[in-house]
Amino acid sequence: MDVLKKVPIKEQDPSIRIENFEEVCLGYNIDEAAEEATRCIQCKNPKCVKGCPVSIDIPGFIKEIVNKDIEEAYQIINKYSALPAICGRVCPQETQCEQVCIRGIKGDPVSIGKLERFVADWARENNIRPVEPEKKNGRKVAVIGSGPAGLTCAKEMAERGYDVTIFEALHEPGGVLVYGIPEFRLPKETVVRPEIENIRALGVKIETNVIIGKTVTIDELMDEEGYEAVFIGTGAGLPNFMGIPGENANGVFSANEYLTRSNLMKAFDDNYDTPIITGNRVAVVGGGNVAMDAARTARRLGADVTVVYRRSEAELPARVEEVHHAKEEGIHLQLLTNPEEILVDENGWVKGMRCVRMELGEEDSSGRRRPVPVENSEFVIEVDTVIMSLGTSPNPLISSTTKGLKSNKYGCIIAEEDTGVTSREGVFAGGDAVTGAATVILAMGAGKQAAEAMDKYLKNI
Amino acid sequence: MANNYKYIITKKVKLADSIYLMDIMAPRVAAHCYPGQFIILIANEKGERIPLTICDYDREQGTVTIVFQALGNSTKLLAEYEVGEAFRDFTGPLGKRSELVTMPSEELRSKKVLFVAGGVGAAPVYPQVKWMNENGYEADCIIGARSKELVILEDQMRKYAKNVYITTDDGSYGLKGNVNEAIKYLVNEKKHHYDIIIAIGPMIMMKYVCILTKELGIKTIVSMNPIMVDGTGMCGACRLSIGDEIKFACVDGPEFDGHLVNFDEAMKRLSMYKTVEGKMELREKEGDTHHHPGCECHDNENK
Ligand SMILES: Cc1cc2nc3c(=O)[nH]c(=O)nc-3n(C[C@H](O)[C@H](O)[C@H](O)COP(=O)(O)OP(=O)(O)OC[C@H]3O[C@@H](n4cnc5c(N)ncnc54)[C@H](O)[C@@H]3O)c2cc1C
Ligand SMILES: Cc1cc2nc3c(=O)[nH]c(=O)nc-3n(C[C@H](O)[C@H](O)[C@H](O)COP(=O)(O)OP(=O)(O)OC[C@H]3O[C@@H](n4cnc5c(N)ncnc54)[C@H](O)[C@@H]3O)c2cc1C
Ligand code: SF4
Ligand code: SF4
Ligand code: FES
Repeated sequence: MDVLKKVPIKEQDPSIRIENFEEVCLGYNIDEAAEEATRCIQCKNPKCVKGCPVSIDIPGFIKEIVNKDIEEAYQIINKYSALPAICGRVCPQETQCEQVCIRGIKGDPVSIGKLERFVADWARENNIRPVEPEKKNGRKVAVIGSGPAGLTCAKEMAERGYDVTIFEALHEPGGVLVYGIPEFRLPKETVVRPEIENIRALGVKIETNVIIGKTVTIDELMDEEGYEAVFIGTGAGLPNFMGIPGENANGVFSANEYLTRSNLMKAFDDNYDTPIITGNRVAVVGGGNVAMDAARTARRLGADVTVVYRRSEAELPARVEEVHHAKEEGIHLQLLTNPEEILVDENGWVKGMRCVRMELGEEDSSGRRRPVPVENSEFVIEVDTVIMSLGTSPNPLISSTTKGLKSNKYGCIIAEEDTGVTSREGVFAGGDAVTGAATVILAMGAGKQAAEAMDKYLKNI
Repeated sequence: MANNYKYIITKKVKLADSIYLMDIMAPRVAAHCYPGQFIILIANEKGERIPLTICDYDREQGTVTIVFQALGNSTKLLAEYEVGEAFRDFTGPLGKRSELVTMPSEELRSKKVLFVAGGVGAAPVYPQVKWMNENGYEADCIIGARSKELVILEDQMRKYAKNVYITTDDGSYGLKGNVNEAIKYLVNEKKHHYDIIIAIGPMIMMKYVCILTKELGIKTIVSMNPIMVDGTGMCGACRLSIGDEIKFACVDGPEFDGHLVNFDEAMKRLSMYKTVEGKMELREKEGDTHHHPGCECHDNENK
């Protein structure tokens, strides 16, 4: 064994996986996990823990894997994270815990995410579940939105003895974990649902089909239904469009629509009623994780897919692993390219996309080089479907229906960074609703901090 | 269809051939809904999210009334459910309240209002007519349908509207002709003055009503029914061109100033999944090429 290298992990072969929606990464078995775990040198002052937004005791759980006491490893992780099987799969570890791992200075960092995933999967397969806390204080708190921020806040509050109800607008709990991130990266029935059930097992109630601001307001929850505090974790679900001609043609979708049809409504499965347009030649505009997910979904539905992004490969915001997987699956990248118009046929359907080449100019305020159009470089890509993946912003529904709740010009709810305290007494907020689109683990970190602040607040009133 | 779903059907009435009315137990929605808004329901585990207008509500009983036409796969499936059975999901109220409901009362009192309901469009018109009456405002109403058997909610409308005019395409009941003939008759021949027209029906009907009322110079509100998925502003499937802006029908509507709506684009978008569902159905029937009644060529008559 070369200690500088990660223990390789098994994946579905690209030529096979583009025909199915099953998970790409197959995970470690116990021996592989134990071998990888020995690469951790158990730092006295572990940098990795500081890189994790929920401060998981990483050397602690890894040590138990070396001992092959996986149940103990799970109990350690469970103290810090409600969703380890999920984070182990979708956390951008390369910019969090693994980025600062000592092992990474010379060689590969320890595969912290894959080990965390192994432990969580093992616990689920062996029916190890968190237990409902004995001490209850009977005080009611409401959590709005069942994405990672809301689920984490709910878990933390339930463990402190509160009577927690989550209200979710959609018919399934999970937020982006169920409607956005595809099955082949994050299986719903085997991974997401059981982790949500674990949170229910703590006594948390989940009421689906309740749109706060429409079905009932925060004011009513607090004034009439007896909730003493509220956490808002409603995410950033509002899709942006480019505003170019032809964008309303038949065959142009937001990534949210495309992914929701496929993931939440299971349109990829003929047994479900929701339709989806697969397209023969699909362009995905954008370069983030969402764009890669849409592209890889379209690929699996049988299309020839091109990702169109206005900067170069180095600037792609998507995780390196996802770009690598996308390329393996035969997805083309059309870089330094920006769409200017969607061409429409006489029946209103997309028939092509007129684009312009870009080059990188001066650095902008974000420190990235700004793409500028190259003169006379227009060309047409022949496509019949276009998926717009240009980012999302928070839905204004809650801020516009809650008295005294302030938000900024981007629609993000204004909340204190370390506590989630908002301008409205008793109301806390965190996750994408506050920061704009970010990551699962940052949303969880925010849910956790808000729970701490909420508990303090409730003890003092 | 025995199940343990939550949203129980407490009443079912067949209003006309393939048009059904149902009351659904959904107390949270019933407590908060207003005319102009809609709900989304999912029949079962594998069902799609179906948007339907709120046709009536009973805040005390906790029920919401829906009226639907069994056209395609999903709405036909709804029609198979009976009283005592239940739907898996039912959420709302979605969209904005009707402009009439939110208009200051002195302003509304000074307005002459005409409702124009085409086909199943009578369902979304009805709660507005009822609301007007219960809040002390008067309104006239035209109900248009292809023929006598398809006129729905007539008695209910008569109870709340000042005048009800029926018009059928084939002349089997009331005036002969489409709703535009009736509008012209009232405005040009009977010399009725109207300040606002609320027209709800198939998109093609709303389009032609708007062309007429623009000529007549009467402000017209329409209720748009584009394809939707979530109904909460998350997917953009329901986007429409309104003037030179893009609006999401589920959060910015479903009611819009009819004179600003790009109906041609909206109608094209509405047909987007016809071929997809048609293909699925063909595959199921193995070679049977007869198309189902929800296909494009029928779409224009049916909301
Ligand atoms: C396709 C896609 C891929 C991604 N991939 C990754 C990845 O690989 N790694 C990563 O770390 N991050 C990824 N992200 C980002 C990550 O998923 C989000 O940052 C994270 O889910 C935010 O969590 P949240 O709890 O704040 O909000 P969300 O997950 O958005 O959950 C919000 C929930 O609130 C509900 N809600 C909204 N409004 C209301 C209301 N008025 N009443 C009741 N409920 C309401 C919504 O329906 C939703 O269920 C991805 C995002 C997308 C869209
Ligand atoms: C705000 C709103 C209010 C509505 N109110 C009513 C109502 O009160 N009564 C009623 O009968 N119908 C109403 N509709 C239309 C109803 O939702 C559609 O008839 C239904 O979704 C068609 O499904 P289907 O599978 O039976 O038909 P099909 O024709 O087989 O549909 C094929 C696909 O196209 C989509 N689709 C087709 N027509 C429509 C449509 N008009 N609107 C949205 N999606 C469509 C669906 O996604 C479906 O999967 C409303 C629609 C909206 C958006
Ligand atoms: S939760 Fe994410 S950041 Fe934290 S240890 Fe796990 S993979 Fe790393
Ligand atoms: S930094 Fe790396 S080697 Fe050190 S404790 Fe963390 S995982 Fe182990
Ligand atoms: S239905 Fe999805 S945004 Fe309107």
